[in-house]
Amino acid sequence: MASFYELTAYELHSMLQNGDITAEELIYSLFDRIQKTETKIKAYITLLKENAINQARLLDKKLRNSNFFGILAGIPIAIKDNICTKNIRTTCSSKMLDNYVPPYNATVIERILAEGGIIIGKTNMDEFAMGTTTESSYYQITHNPWSLEHVPGGSSGGSAAAVAADETILALGSDTGGSIRCPASFCNMTGIKVSYGSISRYGLISYACSLEQIGPLTKDVRDCALLLNVLVGRDPYDSTTLNRPKIDFLATLDEDIKGLRIGIPKEFMGTGTAEAVSKAVWNAVHLLESFGVTYDEISIPLIDYAVPCYYIIAMSEASSNLARYDGIRYGYRVEKDEGEWNEIFAEDRLAFGPEVRRRIMLGTYALSAGYYDMYYLKALKVRTLLRNQFEAQFKSYDIILGPTMPTTPFKIGEMISDPLAMYRTDIDTVAANVTGLPAISIPCGFSDGLPIGLQLIGNSLQEELLLRVAYKFQQETDYHKKKPPIGG
Amino acid sequence: MGTAVEKDNMFSDSDEVLIGLEIHVQLTKLKTKLFCGCATDYRGKEPNTYVCPICLGLPGTLPVVNKKAIDFAIMVGLALECEIPLKTFFYRKNYYYPDMPKNYQISQYNKAGGVPIGLGGHVTIEINKQKKTINLTRIQLEEDPGRLTYLGSITSSDYTLVDYNRAGITLLEIVTEPDLRSPREARLFLQKLRSIIEHLGVADGSLEGSMRCDANISIRGGNRVEVKNISSFKAVQKALQFELIRQRRQKADGVKTVMETRHWDDEKGITISLRTKEEEHDYRYFPEPDLVPIEITPDWIEKIRSQMPELPDARRERFIRDYQIPPYDAGVLTSSKALADFFENCIKLYNHPKIISNWIMSDLLRHLNDLNIEINESTVTPEQFVNMLKYIDTGTISRRSAKKVLWDMIREGKPPEQIIQEDGHQRIGDENVIRQFVDEIFKEYPQAVQDAIKDDKAINFLSGQVMRKTRGTADPKITYQLIKEKIDLLRKKAN
Ligand SMILES: [Zn+2]
Repeated sequence: MASFYELTAYELHSMLQNGDITAEELIYSLFDRIQKTETKIKAYITLLKENAINQARLLDKKLRNSNFFGILAGIPIAIKDNICTKNIRTTCSSKMLDNYVPPYNATVIERILAEGGIIIGKTNMDEFAMGTTTESSYYQITHNPWSLEHVPGGSSGGSAAAVAADETILALGSDTGGSIRCPASFCNMTGIKVSYGSISRYGLISYACSLEQIGPLTKDVRDCALLLNVLVGRDPYDSTTLNRPKIDFLATLDEDIKGLRIGIPKEFMGTGTAEAVSKAVWNAVHLLESFGVTYDEISIPLIDYAVPCYYIIAMSEASSNLARYDGIRYGYRVEKDEGEWNEIFAEDRLAFGPEVRRRIMLGTYALSAGYYDMYYLKALKVRTLLRNQFEAQFKSYDIILGPTMPTTPFKIGEMISDPLAMYRTDIDTVAANVTGLPAISIPCGFSDGLPIGLQLIGNSLQEELLLRVAYKFQQETDYHKKKPPIGG
Repeated sequence: MGTAVEKDNMFSDSDEVLIGLEIHVQLTKLKTKLFCGCATDYRGKEPNTYVCPICLGLPGTLPVVNKKAIDFAIMVGLALECEIPLKTFFYRKNYYYPDMPKNYQISQYNKAGGVPIGLGGHVTIEINKQKKTINLTRIQLEEDPGRLTYLGSITSSDYTLVDYNRAGITLLEIVTEPDLRSPREARLFLQKLRSIIEHLGVADGSLEGSMRCDANISIRGGNRVEVKNISSFKAVQKALQFELIRQRRQKADGVKTVMETRHWDDEKGITISLRTKEEEHDYRYFPEPDLVPIEITPDWIEKIRSQMPELPDARRERFIRDYQIPPYDAGVLTSSKALADFFENCIKLYNHPKIISNWIMSDLLRHLNDLNIEINESTVTPEQFVNMLKYIDTGTISRRSAKKVLWDMIREGKPPEQIIQEDGHQRIGDENVIRQFVDEIFKEYPQAVQDAIKDDKAINFLSGQVMRKTRGTADPKITYQLIKEKIDLLRKKAN
């Protein structure tokens, strides 16, 4: 029988409920695993072993003595380090927030705790979620469990690697421009970015507010649905959340997908797409075809402009969001007590890494008088047009399909000196952020032992449909069940 | 404010003056801040105690709009006859300064696709008995920054202290067109605006720093100068007068006025150059992504309209109609809500509107002006004021004494009873008491008595001496009567 840490939340939920295992046993099992593998993976910035064990004990008592059985009762979960956890250091993987301890919980954390979830640690990420490799972290480079010389993807690389290495059962990431789906693809995990406004951003340290959503990184689609049941819903503390009716995402997983129509934009399968990736994606399409799904090759021309559009909006918002880290109110403070405030401010800002600085400067430029119309306003117009083009396709198709990433994981260091090349690899993921549409990434194959991800994009609020197709795919394949060769 | 009028005249009409104002009004009647649940009565409280993760801009926090603030802003918009758009947006104004926790201010904007909560609008003022319309550009909502304080002065202090209690308080910014032609017009406009806002019950302008003003001023053909940091409406006229003299002198000397932003130093009473056009901030406005556009339905607007209280112009008409007072007086009485309330509260206690109005117009306001305070800053209550009037009616004090009593009431903050008792203003109506004084005077001025026996006219001198001796408290009629009787008696004896 598999070790406890290898199981899914869904499986563990019934075992905990039946008394086959206690929350404490599960936590110990996980931390034993972490001890064996974490030195190789480096997924976590902060581990909360003692905290987690205490919580597990309390929970076990509660489970014995009451009728409480939350959706996540006793389930360990890792949290990306840009999601605020009360009294637990939250760094955004930046020197800037090295000593930042939030006095409040993000709404998603409150929801997880209310359902009995146990937070076991804070995971590594690209600094302020800006990156595709998790290499821009101030603390450490996270290694891909499938090949330690490769990156786990980013920016939620720590969360994806932790799940992949069985160092947690569930994880939360955030997705501003593919930051959940890219590492899901690179680490052979399931990850979803929901329709904009479905999950509260309150307590998510902003990178680009109008693009990002928190979301699950899980071992399979069923766990993804389970966690969405906890996360999705209106939050009075986040004005941009939608008033969606309460949905049980687990309830409809089994429903038939026969007759669904899929569109495959040629822009997602362009020249930058690795041959192995496009082969794996086409295999996936043919498998879906065998379930009674039809497909057409289509064109959404503005996808070609999604990357510049995304970067202009994201960098512009970032330049404003990150302005508060000046060493006076928040952030790193140089050892200097005297001087003109602009000078000290300029020195404090050097605590940001090069990628963050680059994005702040470009964003500041794009919003400046004289350039605003040319860049920011134009990007907003492209955003509307791109959404229109997607919406037009959703009149004929239920799902838009393509690869999640154009390639398998990069080697560590491969992208660091060429930011433009790195930005271009976001070609398949950013359209969902720019349009606010839901998109899921699931494993669909391997090339040289490295995972390949399949991306399904749905119409607004169509997460149920995405999950159902993805679930059917996982019922008939075992890519997602494969374990990385890290031993331990 | 006689001096103000004189100074205005000094500027004659030789050059046309263009003044536009940007007024920041704290909507002090809101219980919570604009984007969080913090209380708003921060004045006089321990620094940085009226704060929460949201108004301190803690990483990860998000703003949520206070709906009541939108209600209030719509109400002001309706009162100022602005167009209320059906959709309004918040924008971010980016600038690095320690008074904003987030290093940006959530505000509104009328460019780059922005739509503020009120467009256009106007306020009518009366100047030299003529009505004049001052057009507004827009009104918009924004959050107040925190307060910077210095040990000593801004230049001598070693460090700056920041108090974020004020950060996130709701501000309504009201921007006028450059329709004002003199500092005095600016003052009258602000007075009217404040009266309207206070009548709406959305703000109390007497709270320190709750109404602040920036002004643009130029002489036609010259460069525009922005004067910032005018922290009270009272200072506006002074600041504008100073700036106007400065610009006129420059023009007379053939010096071109520089387009710049100047800082009003209230203590020194001068403006100081802050930055020139080239040094202006680029605020990099863009739509606030953490908030959704606010849809204002016609139903919402109508609901607010139906709840609108009486405005100063309507109140003025009512005063003229119901209390039969002259239009000018009614205009003065409604120029401030506190004053109009004072007037009507007095009427409730003493149903003689004309008498009350006359006393307010001729005496009360003059004294308040002398002290440079407003009615609600003085301790005089309607009860006290009315009691003073009643003492005149009952003959306890003379009209002349009453004027003195009122002055003491305002200056010393005492109720009329106390002043009358302490200073002996109480009128002497007792014949026996007055007779004693008359007898004394007859002894002291025998020559005058002789004159009076010959001619009644000299009685006035004798009665004047009695009045002097009693410090004006002797009833003049009785005094005259008693002297006359005594003189008549002496005449009989002489015959
Ligand atoms: Zn607050």
